Amino acid sequence: MPDKPKVAFYWCASCGGCEEAVVDLAEDILKVVEAVDIVLWPVAMDFKKTDVEARPDGSIAVAFINGAVRTSEQEEWARMLRRKAQVVVSFGACANLGGIPALANQFKKEDILKFVYEDCPGVDNPSRTRPQTSTVDEGRTVTLPEIRNMVRSLDQVIDVDYYLPGCPPTPKIIMAAVQAILAGKLPAKGTVLSPDIALCEECKRKDSKPADLSLTEFKRPHQIQIDPEKCLLAQGLVCMGPATRSGCEALCPSGNMPCTGCFGPSSRVKDQGAKFVSSVFSNIAPKEAADIDKVLDGIPDPIGTFYRYGLSKCILRRKIN
Amino acid sequence: MSKPMEQGAGAGFEPRIVAFFCNWCTYTAADLAGVSRLKYAPNVRVIRVMCSGRVDPQFVMEAFAKGADGVLLGGCHPGDCHYAEGNYKTLRRMRMLERMLKDMGIADGRFRLEWISGAEGDKVKSVVNDMVAKVRALGPLDLPGKFAEWDKEIEELEHQISAQPAKEAVHAR
Amino acid sequence: MADNNGNKPQPIGLPRIGFYVCHCGSNIAGTIDVAEVAQFVAGLPGVVVSRDYKYMCSDPGQEMIAQDIKEHKLDRLVVAACSPNLHEETFRKAAAKGGLNSFLFQMVNIREHASWVHEDKKAATAKAKGLARAAVYRVRFHKPLEKQQVPVDPNVLVVGGGIAGIHAALTLANAGKKVTLVEREATIGGHMALFDKTFPTLDCAACILTPKMSAVKSHPNITLWTYSEVAKVDGYVGNYKVTVKRKPRYVKEDLCVGCMECIDACVFKEPKFTDQFNQGLGKRKPVYIDFPQATPKVVLIDPQSCIQLKTGKCKKSCAEACDRDAIDFTQKEETRELQVGAIVLATGFQAFDAKKEPRYGYGRYPGVYTALEIERLVNASGPTSGEVVLRDGRHPKSVGIIHCVGSRDAKTNKWCSRVCCMYSLKLAHLIQEHSGAEVYNFYIDMRAPGKAYEEFYDKLLSEGVHFIRGRVSEVTDWAMTPEEEGKLVLRVEDTLAGFVRRIPVDMVVLATGLEPKADAQEVRRRFNIGCGNEGFFQERHPKLAPVNTFTDGIFIAGACQAPRDIPDTVAQAGAAAAEALVLIDAGHVELEPNTSHVVEEECCGCKSCVPLCPYGAITFDEAKKKASINEVLCKGCGVCAAACPSGSIRQNLFEDEEIFSEIEGVLAK
Repeated sequence: MPDKPKVAFYWCASCGGCEEAVVDLAEDILKVVEAVDIVLWPVAMDFKKTDVEARPDGSIAVAFINGAVRTSEQEEWARMLRRKAQVVVSFGACANLGGIPALANQFKKEDILKFVYEDCPGVDNPSRTRPQTSTVDEGRTVTLPEIRNMVRSLDQVIDVDYYLPGCPPTPKIIMAAVQAILAGKLPAKGTVLSPDIALCEECKRKDSKPADLSLTEFKRPHQIQIDPEKCLLAQGLVCMGPATRSGCEALCPSGNMPCTGCFGPSSRVKDQGAKFVSSVFSNIAPKEAADIDKVLDGIPDPIGTFYRYGLSKCILRRKIN
Repeated sequence: MSKPMEQGAGAGFEPRIVAFFCNWCTYTAADLAGVSRLKYAPNVRVIRVMCSGRVDPQFVMEAFAKGADGVLLGGCHPGDCHYAEGNYKTLRRMRMLERMLKDMGIADGRFRLEWISGAEGDKVKSVVNDMVAKVRALGPLDLPGKFAEWDKEIEELEHQISAQPAKEAVHAR
Repeated sequence: MADNNGNKPQPIGLPRIGFYVCHCGSNIAGTIDVAEVAQFVAGLPGVVVSRDYKYMCSDPGQEMIAQDIKEHKLDRLVVAACSPNLHEETFRKAAAKGGLNSFLFQMVNIREHASWVHEDKKAATAKAKGLARAAVYRVRFHKPLEKQQVPVDPNVLVVGGGIAGIHAALTLANAGKKVTLVEREATIGGHMALFDKTFPTLDCAACILTPKMSAVKSHPNITLWTYSEVAKVDGYVGNYKVTVKRKPRYVKEDLCVGCMECIDACVFKEPKFTDQFNQGLGKRKPVYIDFPQATPKVVLIDPQSCIQLKTGKCKKSCAEACDRDAIDFTQKEETRELQVGAIVLATGFQAFDAKKEPRYGYGRYPGVYTALEIERLVNASGPTSGEVVLRDGRHPKSVGIIHCVGSRDAKTNKWCSRVCCMYSLKLAHLIQEHSGAEVYNFYIDMRAPGKAYEEFYDKLLSEGVHFIRGRVSEVTDWAMTPEEEGKLVLRVEDTLAGFVRRIPVDMVVLATGLEPKADAQEVRRRFNIGCGNEGFFQERHPKLAPVNTFTDGIFIAGACQAPRDIPDTVAQAGAAAAEALVLIDAGHVELEPNTSHVVEEECCGCKSCVPLCPYGAITFDEAKKKASINEVLCKGCGVCAAACPSGSIRQNLFEDEEIFSEIEGVLAK
C-alpha cells in the first residue's frame, strides 16, 4: 500500500494567520488530513526539529512555508525543508513578498533593537540589557537566532516551486492548490497559484468606477464615510486592487475597505508599488507641481502604503541607511 | 571628464548616469547639442522613449538597482508635449517617486526630472554637466555592490547547510 | 501577444545578431575607436557578425547589411551610427531589402550623442560600447511588426460657412474633391457678410464675398447644407462617419426661388420681430431671409414668432402667395449621415459681449453700440440704409470709438484680438464719411501689422479723425458742464498729453474683441480635438503646423483657431484645404507601428487607462468589460503602457522587456 504523501507546514516571521487559514478550511480540512500525512506543523503538532532532520532528503512531498525570513533559525529551517521536500510552496504574503515584517527594511536593525529594548515607552531597562545570540549560563552555552539586517522573502533564500498569495491565502485557493498537488496537476514551476489578472476583475464595485477618473485628493479610510457600493479608488481611497492579483474574490472591498495589495502583483510587473504609483498618479487632476504636491500629501506614508506587503520585493529592496 | 569611467569611492569616481529622453524634445535637443558640437561630460547613457510618459517608476528604480548613480528624465515643457499631456502624467508620477526614493534613502539629486525642449541643446549640456558634478559629490550609490554586501549575511549558513551530506532513504524503493 | 501581422515570430531565445558600427568618415572614427567597439560587440552573446565600415548609410553599406542577412541568416540587426532621427528609416529599409522585418532592428546613436560631444576618446569609446551592448540586449526582444495601411475616403466635410469655410470648400472642390459644407445659420457668409467695407482697401465686403458664396452654391462638387449642425463624429483619419442634423425651415429648399412674395404676403403687415442679422437694430417678419444675397436664396420661417407654427390658426397667406408651393409647415428636423476622409473646422468666432464691461454702459445707454451694430448701421443694405442715426432718431455730431473692449485685459480676455484697431479705423472713416461727425478713437497701441495697414492708418490721420492714446475708464451720462448735457461723456487719461479728459459725444462705439464661440469646448470634444488655454481650437504646432490638430484628418482654419483678419483667414483656409488634399491624394495613411495594445486576457477592466489618451484611442468595451485600444488612433506615446497597473498593455517597440534590457545593457560591467 503506498504511503500517503508527507506534508510539512512551517512558519518563519509570521503572525500565525496562515496557520489559521489552513484551519479555516473547516470541514474540507478533513479531506486533506485524510489524504496526507502531516509530518511537521509547529502550531498544531508536536514534531521536533530532529524528527525532520532525520528524514531522507526529498521524502516530504510538499512543504508549505509561510512567514518572511528574518532570523538565522528561519533560514536554517527554510534551507532544511528545501532539502527534505520535493515541492516547496511559498505560502502567504510574507513568504512571497516579505509581508508586514518586511516594513522593517525601512529601518536599521540597530535602530529597531534600540527602540524595542530601550526607547519604547513602557520599557524599563535602565541597564540597557540586550539579548545576545550566545551566552554561557552555569557552564552551558545558550544560543538565540541571529536577527539579520534584512527581511527577505522566501525565494530570496531558497528555491521556491510555487506561490500561494494572500494575507492569508483564502481557504478557496488553498484548497485548489492542495487538490492540484494531490492530483499531480501543477502548472509550470514558479507559478503563483492565483489568476494572473488584477482584482478589479472580481470586484463588485467595478461597474461604478468611472472611465474618466481624475482624482483631486486622497483620503484614508478613517477620514470618510465609505460608500459601500461605489468604487473605492473613485472615492479617493488608495485601493491597490488594480495593481493586485485576484483570487480572493475581493474580500476587502466587499467588507467596505480598500484592497491593500496582499496578493502581490501580476506576473508582468516587477515592482507592485512602483507600478501602482505609475498608474494611480497618472489619474490625478492637477498640472502644477504645487497643486500636485497637495494631492500627494493625502498619502503621508507612501512606502507603507504601496509596499505594505511587498517591501522585500521592491526593486530597491531596503532603505539605504 | 578626463578620466575613464571607473567604479569606486573617493578620488577618480566617475558617476554612471542613465537618462530617459523623450524623442520629440529632449532627445532632439541632445541631437542638436551634437550638431552644435557642444562638449559635455561622457557619464550619461541615453535610453530613448517616445514620450516621457512612457517612463514607468519601475525603470527608474531598476536603473538604480542595476548600478546607476543617477537617473535623469527629460521631457517636453508642460503644455508642449508632442502627445498633448504625456508630460503631466510624468510630472505627477515622478513627484511621488521622488518622495519614495527619499524615504528609501536615495539622496536628493540622484534622480532628476528636467523639461528640455527640442531647441535647448545648450540646456542638455548644462543639465548633464551639473548633474554629473552633483552626483560625483554624492559619491557612488552602487546598489549592486550593496545588494551583494547585504546578502553576505546569509552566505555562511547557506554554505554550512549545503555542505551537509545528503540524507538517503534507508530502504531503496 | 498580439502581432499585427501574419509573420511567425522569430524564436526569441536564439538571436543571430548582426552589428555594424559606422565610421561616418572621421565624424565618429575620429573620436571613437570603432574597431575596438566592433571587437567588443563580437564577444557579446548572440552576435554573429560584427563589422565597422566607413559609411553605413551609403549604398555599399546598406548592401553589406542585406548581403550579411542572407549569408549569415541574421534575424536581428543593430547599427551604431548617427541619430535614429536621421537614418532609422534608411536602415529599416536596408533590413527589409535583406529580407529581415524592418523592426527587428535597433539603432545606436554614437555620433550626436557621443563622438560629437565628448573630447575624451577613451570615455567616448567606452560610452559607445555601453550603448551598443544595450542595443544588442534590447534587440533580442524585438518582434516583427508591419506598418498598417488604412485607406482614405476622398470626400471632405467643411464645418462653418464663413469666409474660411467658403474658401476651403472652393479650393477642395476645385481640386476635384466632393465637399459637404455644413453651416449652422440659414445662410453662409459668416461675419464677413455683416460688414460694409473691409480694411484696408475699403472693398465692399458683399462685392467680394457674394461671388464666392455663389460659386459655392453652384459648384458641382459642393453640397451645401445650411441651417444644419454636426451632431456626432465617429471614426478616425480617412474614415469619419458624421451625423448631421438639418433644422426645419418650413420651406422646401429645392422649390423656393427666393422671390420673397411670401414675406410681402405675411399676415404681419409690418415687421415686428428682432432681426438677428441686423444685430437687433432692425425688425423682420416671422417669415424672412437674412439678407437679399443670402445663400441659398431660400426664406425660412421662425417657429417662435409664426402664428401658424405656434397656434395652428393662421390664414397662411404666405403659402397662398407662393406659386411654387414651397412652404411646408409640417417639415421636421432631418438626420443625415456622411462618410468623409477629412474634416476642416472653420467655425469662426464670437464677438465679446459688451455687457461684460458695464463701465461702458452698453445696454444701459442707448447711444452705446458694438462694432457689429455699427457695421450694419453704415451698411447700405442695413436697417437704416447706411444712415448713421441713433436709436432715438438723432444724427450724432460726435462719435467716440473705444478700442480693446474685451481684449488685452486681465479682467476679461488677455489676448489682442488683432483686427479691432484696423476695423476701428475703418469705422471711423465710414462714420465720418456718412455723417460728417467728429470722430474720436481711444486706443492703447495702434496695431497695423498687415500689408497696407500702416498706410491706412496714415490716411485716417490725415482725414481729421482724433486719436487719443488712453484707456477709457468709463462712459457716463452724468454731466458736469452744460456742454455735457444730453451727451455721453468718456473719461480717459490722455497719456500723450498727460492729463485726464472728459470728452462728450453723441454716440459711443465699442471695438469688441474676438473670442472663442460659446460652445467651442462642446464642439471641439465632438471632433476630438483640443483647445488651448484661451479656448480657441488647438493647433498641432504653433509655427510648423498651424492648421493641423492633434487628431489626424481634422484641420482648422480661421478665427476658430485664433483672432485673425480676412487675408490671413483666407490664406489659412487654403492651407487647411492643402493639408486635407495631402491626406486624400495619398490615398491611404501609413501608421507607425509603435502603437500600444491591450492584451485582452490580461486586462481586468480597471479603466485606469481610459482617460489617459488625448487621441481617444482607448475605449472601454461595456460588453467585455475590458479596455480596448484603436491602433489606428494610437500615436504611440506609451503613457497607457506605463500606467497599466497590471502590465496588461504593451507598446510595440517599447515593451517593458526591451527597456529593462537596455537599462541592463548600459550598466553592465
